[in-house]
Amino acid sequence: MTEEDKLKRFNICIEQDEKIEPKDWMPEQYRKTMIRQISQHAHSEVIGMQPEGNWVLRAPTLRAKKILLAKIQDEGGHGLYLYSAAETLGIDRGEMIKQLHEGKAKYSSIFNYPALTWADIGAIGWLVDGAAIVNQVSLQRTSYGPYARGMVRICKEESFHQRQGYEIMVTMMNGISEQKKMAQDAMDRWWWPALMMFGPPDGESVHTKQSMQWKIKRESNDVLRQRFIDKTVDQAHFIGLEVPDKDLKFNEATGHWETGTINWKEFHEVINGNGPCNHQRMKHHIKAHNDGKWVRDAALAFAETEKNDQKQLITN
Amino acid sequence: MDTKEALYNYCLRLGDNNLVLGQRLAEWCSNGPILEEDLAMTNLSLDHFGQAEFMYEYAAELEGKGRTCDDIAFKRNEREYFNALITEQPNGDFAFTMMKHLLFSAFAQHLYESLSLSNDKRLAELSVRALKEIKYHFRHSSEWIVRLGKGTQESAMRTQYALNELWMFTADLFEINKIDETLIGIIVDSNELFPAWKKTIETVLNTANIKIPEKVHMLKGGYNGKHTEHLGHLLCEMQYLQRAYPNAKW
Ligand SMILES: [Fe+2]
Ligand SMILES: [Fe+2]
Repeated sequence: MTEEDKLKRFNICIEQDEKIEPKDWMPEQYRKTMIRQISQHAHSEVIGMQPEGNWVLRAPTLRAKKILLAKIQDEGGHGLYLYSAAETLGIDRGEMIKQLHEGKAKYSSIFNYPALTWADIGAIGWLVDGAAIVNQVSLQRTSYGPYARGMVRICKEESFHQRQGYEIMVTMMNGISEQKKMAQDAMDRWWWPALMMFGPPDGESVHTKQSMQWKIKRESNDVLRQRFIDKTVDQAHFIGLEVPDKDLKFNEATGHWETGTINWKEFHEVINGNGPCNHQRMKHHIKAHNDGKWVRDAALAFAETEKNDQKQLITN
Repeated sequence: MDTKEALYNYCLRLGDNNLVLGQRLAEWCSNGPILEEDLAMTNLSLDHFGQAEFMYEYAAELEGKGRTCDDIAFKRNEREYFNALITEQPNGDFAFTMMKHLLFSAFAQHLYESLSLSNDKRLAELSVRALKEIKYHFRHSSEWIVRLGKGTQESAMRTQYALNELWMFTADLFEINKIDETLIGIIVDSNELFPAWKKTIETVLNTANIKIPEKVHMLKGGYNGKHTEHLGHLLCEMQYLQRAYPNAKW
């Protein structure tokens, strides 16, 4: 089959909404885009463990500790499946981590904001996981099979994440005045970054067009963002939280909440490495990875000797 | 001290061991040598917090003052915690943490096995539950100790160092005080667990080519609330929100 025929078959596959599987032929650019997207997603799950891990030791009740630990564990687990999904495209985890450390691979910018108070743990679950769910539900229909199936598994756990975050916000809004203040402060700091999680507006998004054609992306940034805004504004008002946007208004005709303009300058600053925690997050990940090298080496060396011992047993 | 009060204190001891270990393991979160181990340690931590919770719930019932497991977990001072000294020691490197968990989980396994036969039915039930988890903890840490002991020169050195440093805290696990004396018949005398524990440990350490250090001066006092300086810092961090906002509900 000529390259041209292969491309034709690939395009038909996409057109008919069939999944692309690891052994199928795919255009090099599709493979690259998939690797970029899945590894970025995997790194985001893992780097996201840091701001939440920052509160595990200070979680205020045993129940809160257990829930938070279980959530962080889920996120790490998501990282694992996503690394495996990316590996089906011919890259290994070590290489992906190297790219992350060299700044060639990115992770979600949202984790470059600090988790300053306990209410931030509520806000992260409610807003950050809430935004992630909207995106991930849409990705359940993405064209690359292993990624789509990974999303189905992940989405099942994500709704628990959002609920536990909202529950923390509810508890705090029903609490003493200091707790209410903490909750509102967290809302003020996380609202806009959460909206930015969907990426630049449709007109300016560099990857969107091709990704939509290949059905990697199924819905545009702005559509997904609006879906998140509509469900979240009501949840905020329901517990007495103010949305930090003086231009926010409900459009009766369209049935949607309209927000003020997002500060895209801040978005680009954070993406380019100038967010409050970019440096800290990367340093933390690199340190843990380097500190763990002797452990990984030891495990490898041990597995090697075991294998040789087995061989000797057989030949003797 | 009557039996009920002694049993209350004994549950605190069991709960405190778990609380402190859970807290220490949680420090590994996002710091593990490989993602799989990061998750494994988070998982062990979760088990320990779960065990602490049910031990404190029982303690609160025995006390009968309407306190919750969180009141017990978060609202005491350093001298009122009765965990063994080994549990509060800082994590050190991965070999140090695994060694700590090997020594402790082997102890806890024998302890819970004996407590699961206790004639205090509730304590027996809780021990059965805890035993299931702790068996896995023992397997996890013993496999790592063997892997590290026989891995590379560096890993063997670190593993041996860990045991040399931790050995002085092992006798503390088997200490008995007035609480144990009052509960004779309900709990086993910990001294009786020592030979079985030693054998379990030696089997793993021999396989790993790690030697038990000789002539070590033993530090004791955890069960009587006499701790090392490390505990206070751990509690300070853990209790922060409960102390800062004593009227808040979380
Ligand atoms: Fe996730
Ligand atoms: Fe999540």
